[in-house]
Amino acid sequence: MVNLTVDGKNISVSEGTMLLEAIRGAGIAIPTLCAHEAVSRSGACRLCVVEIKKGNRTRIVTSCLYGAEEGLIVDTKSDRVLNVRRLVMELLLARCPESEVLQKLAKELCVESQARFAADTDKGKCILCRSCVRVCEEIVGVSAIGLFARGSQKTVGTPYNEKSDVCIGCGACVYVCPTGHIEMTSTGDKRKIWGRTFKMQTCTKCGKFFAPVDQLKFISKKTGVPLNELTVCTECR
Amino acid sequence: MKENSDVQAHQVMEELRLNYGPNKKFVTVCAGTGCRANGSLKVKEALEAEIKKQNMKVDVLATGCLGFCEKGPMLIIHPDKYFYQSVKVEDAPEIVSKTVAKGEVISRLFYRHPETQKTLFREEDLPFYKKQLRVVFGQNGMLDPTRLDDYLAIDGYQALAKVLSEMTPEGVINEVKKAGLRGRGGGGFHTAVKWEGVRKAHGEPKYVIANGDEGDPGAYMDRSLMEGNPHSIIEGMIIGAYAVGAHDGYIYVRNEYPLAVTHLTMAIAAAREAGLLGKNILGTKFSFDIKINKGAGAFVCGESSALFASIEGRAGEPRAKYVHAVEKGLYDKPTVLNNVETWANVPLIINKGADWYASIGTEGSKGTKIFSLVGKINNTGLVEVPMGTTLYEIIYDMGGGIPKGRKFKAVQTGGPSGGCIPESLLDIPVDFDKLYEVGSMMGSGGMIVMDDTSCMVDVARYFTSFLQEESCGKCVPCREGVRRMSDILKDICAGKGQEGDVELLEKIATGVADGSLCALGGSAPNPVLSTIKYFREEYDAHIKEHRCPAGVCKALITYSIDAEKCTGCGVCLKACPTQAISGEKKKAHTIDNNKCTRCGACIESCKFEAILVK
Repeated sequence: MVNLTVDGKNISVSEGTMLLEAIRGAGIAIPTLCAHEAVSRSGACRLCVVEIKKGNRTRIVTSCLYGAEEGLIVDTKSDRVLNVRRLVMELLLARCPESEVLQKLAKELCVESQARFAADTDKGKCILCRSCVRVCEEIVGVSAIGLFARGSQKTVGTPYNEKSDVCIGCGACVYVCPTGHIEMTSTGDKRKIWGRTFKMQTCTKCGKFFAPVDQLKFISKKTGVPLNELTVCTECR
Repeated sequence: MKENSDVQAHQVMEELRLNYGPNKKFVTVCAGTGCRANGSLKVKEALEAEIKKQNMKVDVLATGCLGFCEKGPMLIIHPDKYFYQSVKVEDAPEIVSKTVAKGEVISRLFYRHPETQKTLFREEDLPFYKKQLRVVFGQNGMLDPTRLDDYLAIDGYQALAKVLSEMTPEGVINEVKKAGLRGRGGGGFHTAVKWEGVRKAHGEPKYVIANGDEGDPGAYMDRSLMEGNPHSIIEGMIIGAYAVGAHDGYIYVRNEYPLAVTHLTMAIAAAREAGLLGKNILGTKFSFDIKINKGAGAFVCGESSALFASIEGRAGEPRAKYVHAVEKGLYDKPTVLNNVETWANVPLIINKGADWYASIGTEGSKGTKIFSLVGKINNTGLVEVPMGTTLYEIIYDMGGGIPKGRKFKAVQTGGPSGGCIPESLLDIPVDFDKLYEVGSMMGSGGMIVMDDTSCMVDVARYFTSFLQEESCGKCVPCREGVRRMSDILKDICAGKGQEGDVELLEKIATGVADGSLCALGGSAPNPVLSTIKYFREEYDAHIKEHRCPAGVCKALITYSIDAEKCTGCGVCLKACPTQAISGEKKKAHTIDNNKCTRCGACIESCKFEAILVK
């Protein structure tokens, strides 16, 4: 076990616990946007920053990536912390003014949009948290989408924004996206995502469209289960 | 080469030196990139042709950069060591028949002291070189970087032989620790501490890397070392690898430095051929080899974790470094990453001893540092000075002050994310800690000098916009915050600044510095914060008075013609691309400000300084 102090409170967590879990475990709220439980952490959004004190040295770290250490003194609400969080929220609100998720979070953190920042109109609701890219690579295992360009020009998408040959239309990216930026529409036996249209499989028991045929083929190939055994939806299984 | 006991490394080294033998050299021509651009290779060819024509046997050596780039092409004629500058191809016959053949001097080719007009014969007499201490960089002028034997002739690889035959890895680390060597790449981290960490770290293999991704605008010290003395870097790396127990090394060099890539490649091949790299180095049990990794020019790849990602073949993005590279670096293995200049210091420490090394410099910063002195400065070039030399000495004594008698305004140290230091602080001794204290940093050693024609808001705008373009875009504060700072600075320069902008800039800057993932974002606010701190009145003039005091920001200035100075010669009238100037011959002209685009063509063309900028 590791003993540390968070906002004056002594807590004890098992070794290897990240500060984010340690702090939340102690009942203290920490906002996050890019730390999705399904994927590895990147420290991209910087909302979860806290100030740590080790000996005489204090520094700002992202709690999602910093492992709990014996004797660490953590401040989750110092001026420096709140300043970074406020700035991140202002910057994201200006980038994605349409995002309800960001508006709600800003309200909770008592942050208003900064009038001096001209609102972007071309970024949609994407905050470049990269959860979609990571889930596609780490969980699905197809890497159909990635990050392109750098700096403020950076975008998420399929290579050259062309239809991806490897995308299986599973929608895992939609599921992990914190702001609802990725568009996926399903009508009848068709699902549209990342510019491609996928044919949906009907459940042989209930008749509902439940998954893209490409996804089932992918699962069949990966697991060795014959495709015809995968044509029953999860509810009927 | 057979495997001998480690104590025999010295003996093998001696045999090597005998095999190659120091070449007698007579004329050295600076062939650094700056002098090459000025035609130094043509001068070399002309000298060689003339020597042949006159049936003489004299070697002409193309050496690495000598540092005094302002006066290239330059050459040194041995054994008298006469230093000729701004040499032209046409001078070759005279140089050969007079100086090379008979030792007679050609007065016009010598450098003259700018104040006393006294002719100065040798390198060491020049004010530019006098106060320098060129222990690392000075070797450049003594060797042809494409020849291993030249490096051997100046005791090259002697430090390696000493290390392999007489020292334990711990002993090497202790020596570097005693010397007090700190990383030359910018952070100033203690080199020995890094090495010790990797030596003790678990995990194999261990890696040793030289960071040659020098990306600061106007900085070229590392380039000149890689081009001019590649073996010193390689020797340092082999010693470092021995100290930490690594067998694989990389040199990460920008592909925009083609000459550095060529010379490093040749040097590695030559060292391998001579048994100085590869299996059983100098006949000992120690093996180590180096690969070259060419960077594609992203500024952020100079950051350690982005550099590792780039070598691994991934996009150059940094990652959080709460677990240090010493434990998990390249391929998640223990890694020593040192800057090119740091590596070049290592053989010196071993050869001359830690006590000698530690006697140079200040309390906390030992040894020398190479700076590239550029911008509004008379003697553009590279200078190597002991740590603790004042900015004043560098800029005025070596740099020769500001051209055209203009007034010094600021010097930016440490590259694009360094701070701008005003005249009142020119007396500070330059070392890692002092520069940090005044809001700037050592960085890799770039120094951009600015005079009173530079607008500090415009300077902050330029560097912030550079950093915005070079941000990798991974974390929000750097990607979005630096961009917003850049937008506001653009507004201020365009006359659209608003009340409260300065305070807002400060607020964003603090958040970006605190919240960014890597050092690029962490230091990106420096240009903004330091210019606000030292030149606040210029921001106020732009925002509140819609005025650019330095006359730079086009939206805030107007051009007019001083009727008393104007002779009506009509040159500006022809130079103006928008036909904004009118007037009769021999009468004072006028400028129509509705048509004028403030391009500066008239100012450049006017011989009478009659164009006024307000």
